[in-house]
Amino acid sequence: MALLEARGVNVVYSPARGQRIWSVRDVDLTIAHGEFVGLVGESGCGKSTLGFALTRMLRPPAHLSGGVIRFDGTDVASLTGERLRRARRDGFALVLQSGMNALNPVRTIAHHFGDVLLANARPGDELSGDRIWRRAAELLEAVRLEPAVLSRYPHELSGGMRQRVSIALALSLQPRLIVFDEPTTALDVIVQQAVMDTIKDLQRERGFSAILISHDLGVVLEATDRVMVMYAGRIVEDQPSRVMAHGLHHPYTEALLNCYGDPRAEVVQLGGIPGTPPDLSVPNTGCSFAPRCPLTEDICRTQDPPLLSLAPGWAACHVRARAAHVEEEVGSVR
Amino acid sequence: MSASDVPALTVSGVSKVFHVRGRGRRTVTAVDDVSFAVAPGAAVGLVGASGSGKSTLAKMITGSERPTSGEITFGDTSVGKLHAGGLRQLHRRVQMVFQDPYGALNPLHTVEYTVMRPGQNFLGMSHAQARGRVAELLETVGLVPAAQYAAKLPHQLSGGQRQRVLIARALGSDPDLIVADEPVSMLDVSLRAGVLKLLAELRRTRGLSLLYITHDLLSARLITDEILVLNQGRVVERGQTKQVLQHPTDKYTIQLLNAVANPFAANGSEQNRSEQSRKGAGGSITGNGAGGPTTGRSTT
Amino acid sequence: MTIITSVPPPQAPGTAGEVRIGAASAVPGPLRFIGRALRTLWSNGKARTGMIILGLIVLAAIFAPLIAPHSPTATNFQPYLGPSATNLLGTTGNGQDVFSQLIFGARVSLIVGVCAGALATLVAVTIGLISGYRPGVIDEVLSFVTNLALVIPALPLMIILAAYLQGRSVWTIVLVVAFTSWATGARVIRSQTKTLRTRDFVTSAVFSGERLPRIVFRDILPNMTSLVAASFLAAATAAVLAEASLEFLGLGNPSTVSWGTILFAAQQQNALLTGQWLMVFAPGLAIVLLMVSFTLINFGVDALSNPRLREK
Repeated sequence: MALLEARGVNVVYSPARGQRIWSVRDVDLTIAHGEFVGLVGESGCGKSTLGFALTRMLRPPAHLSGGVIRFDGTDVASLTGERLRRARRDGFALVLQSGMNALNPVRTIAHHFGDVLLANARPGDELSGDRIWRRAAELLEAVRLEPAVLSRYPHELSGGMRQRVSIALALSLQPRLIVFDEPTTALDVIVQQAVMDTIKDLQRERGFSAILISHDLGVVLEATDRVMVMYAGRIVEDQPSRVMAHGLHHPYTEALLNCYGDPRAEVVQLGGIPGTPPDLSVPNTGCSFAPRCPLTEDICRTQDPPLLSLAPGWAACHVRARAAHVEEEVGSVR
Repeated sequence: MSASDVPALTVSGVSKVFHVRGRGRRTVTAVDDVSFAVAPGAAVGLVGASGSGKSTLAKMITGSERPTSGEITFGDTSVGKLHAGGLRQLHRRVQMVFQDPYGALNPLHTVEYTVMRPGQNFLGMSHAQARGRVAELLETVGLVPAAQYAAKLPHQLSGGQRQRVLIARALGSDPDLIVADEPVSMLDVSLRAGVLKLLAELRRTRGLSLLYITHDLLSARLITDEILVLNQGRVVERGQTKQVLQHPTDKYTIQLLNAVANPFAANGSEQNRSEQSRKGAGGSITGNGAGGPTTGRSTT
Repeated sequence: MTIITSVPPPQAPGTAGEVRIGAASAVPGPLRFIGRALRTLWSNGKARTGMIILGLIVLAAIFAPLIAPHSPTATNFQPYLGPSATNLLGTTGNGQDVFSQLIFGARVSLIVGVCAGALATLVAVTIGLISGYRPGVIDEVLSFVTNLALVIPALPLMIILAAYLQGRSVWTIVLVVAFTSWATGARVIRSQTKTLRTRDFVTSAVFSGERLPRIVFRDILPNMTSLVAASFLAAATAAVLAEASLEFLGLGNPSTVSWGTILFAAQQQNALLTGQWLMVFAPGLAIVLLMVSFTLINFGVDALSNPRLREK
């Protein structure tokens, strides 16, 4: 059984003034135990919203409108209050983008650990100050920080260190799923690489499932087993990471891949994606990427493609799916 | 504008030492004896991770901070010695493009207002003249139709569009040197090529000098001719960009190179990419330092 | 009162804004802004209630001569009368109609509330802006003065000042109240100014060649609109109560008609003993209503700094 199974997730954002926006539309996804999955897309595509929806962290005016989210068999989409809190405690954790914003600036790091451990203590747990300190030091060590950090305040730590503290806090309740929302976007390349290495090692050692949300496909491909690409609130591609660098993919994915390059190459070329993402307050007809897509055909403008088979995974593209189908047929004839 | 009209920036032996209050009296050397020059029309990159001193250097070059020692001259003006009035004059010629496109725009000001002001303040334009020029500047940065963008507020624009507005603002004073402090690091990867291409082109068409500050070697490769690698305030490597990146000598440079996220790295690059569709990748930029071809307009 | 810090709003992908060719410059004309500000406040339920209550009180004050059945100072009636058809709230010990006094009294309370609140806010904004924008000696001195003003208890100081000042007019009260209540606002505005000063758009304004006054008035102040409005409403609320208190203590001019003087008279004439409880209750309720209306409006003020208000 999969660890997380979501069907038909829809998130609507209803601000007091202005129109309703469908941030996430009809998303189905499955995450196996111990799987490391990436969720990639431009700003505004709904990836963070989806991450928040899956961990039941949405705040008004955004709300989950329909859909089933089964975490280890239990439907968490309908839980509220204490039962939700327990489900969170026993199951999933969220690491946010800016370590600074996630930490209380007037409390020491030790206090943060104390907060988390005490708030989620089960009856019968003994949590003395000493024990908390030791547990916290262990967790800090796992993220390659010294125990001395415990007596510091958030502003005394660098961006990378704060992010590691956030990760350690997320680990403290031994979650089975951790959602990382743009964990390294605010960090410079070297720190980013170090933090990502730590995340990868932790995931392998401890075997939790993880969702890495980022706009940076390069970072995601280096760390994850599987990647889902999001565009305009929908998942448009779902492939194992190792196949992303070659072969044919959804045109949006290909365009994203074009945005990377090797600074050492003889000739370096960097692509961009012209145009802007669609207005999510308006229901779309046809494929949402069609206006910006170099492969658009008539069918693309009228029929919104579901995720179609594009071995070894899926892509929501009529043109690519058809080409792959043809190839398969040709291949089977030979 | 011929190259000889544009003054050169010279940084000689500049250091910056900060005194840190708090637990004991400590000093932090943010910049340690850095020297380089930006010739008229050249594009120089300052590369390093956070803490390397590159932002402090940028602040000293634009007059926001004073060097503890050493000298910075722009043309015949000694930047370190300027006071309020002199600084204003300096800002006419040395402009800055900031890292955070949302934070650098006043959320309550329209694009038109933001882009108009340098013209009025520095070039003595009247209200009407400055407004007319806004259209020209917006078109230069690829925000067309200009009239539509002029009325917009920052929250109505995408990150790439906001950055273009900031560039238009910087161009408003008709500067000789643009100091770009991580202009694309807060943008989505899909929006970066467009902005980088714009910077490279501006250099080509207006003869501007460019000081490009970043921690990302890929973008540095694309728009600079020469780079300096900074580590903890010191220059650890310098030279022609392509040369340095293909044959790095310093450990730190190699570390920076390895940190560049590249999906193709493990699989042998170019071959695989040719399989994929490259049609209509508008806003693409080819780099060896010079600006790429102008392939259509992209308003990312 | 919330401090507004700017967080990038959720991406509004491809929202086609209205096209307006040759748009006017940034900060819209004062009238247009006020119109929109009022509409924003109106959209908040609590603020709307506050506006309605305030509106009624203002109307009563403006049209007092038409609404009040008699002159507030005329001593035509029999003193110590209970409520009747002619005197809806009874009469005072001097034979004056309480109801008319109540209606006319709205004028003084409103004027003092609004003027003292405005004056206090003006001082607070000036000191807060200067103090917050330039760190150093000026900031140290102004902060010290502000802290001093905060520490001294306001009401006793007001009492002392009012008692010793020559010329007991409404304007004396306005000055006294403003003088003792600017400090809280100054502190808050100083904090916000300090925060805004470090924002990139202020640096950007410097690079655009803007001079200090313009940066302060066009960049920093507009981003503090909510804060200034909230400070004003809070100061006005306090001013209304302070004025009534001073009048009640007999430190105002006894010949002015205000809610505070009604209470003063009630006290002097032992209204509760003579069964004139309405003479105490009515002005008290009026004061509370006015204060509550300001406070309710304060709930809607947060939205005023929102850039979406300025969309065309």
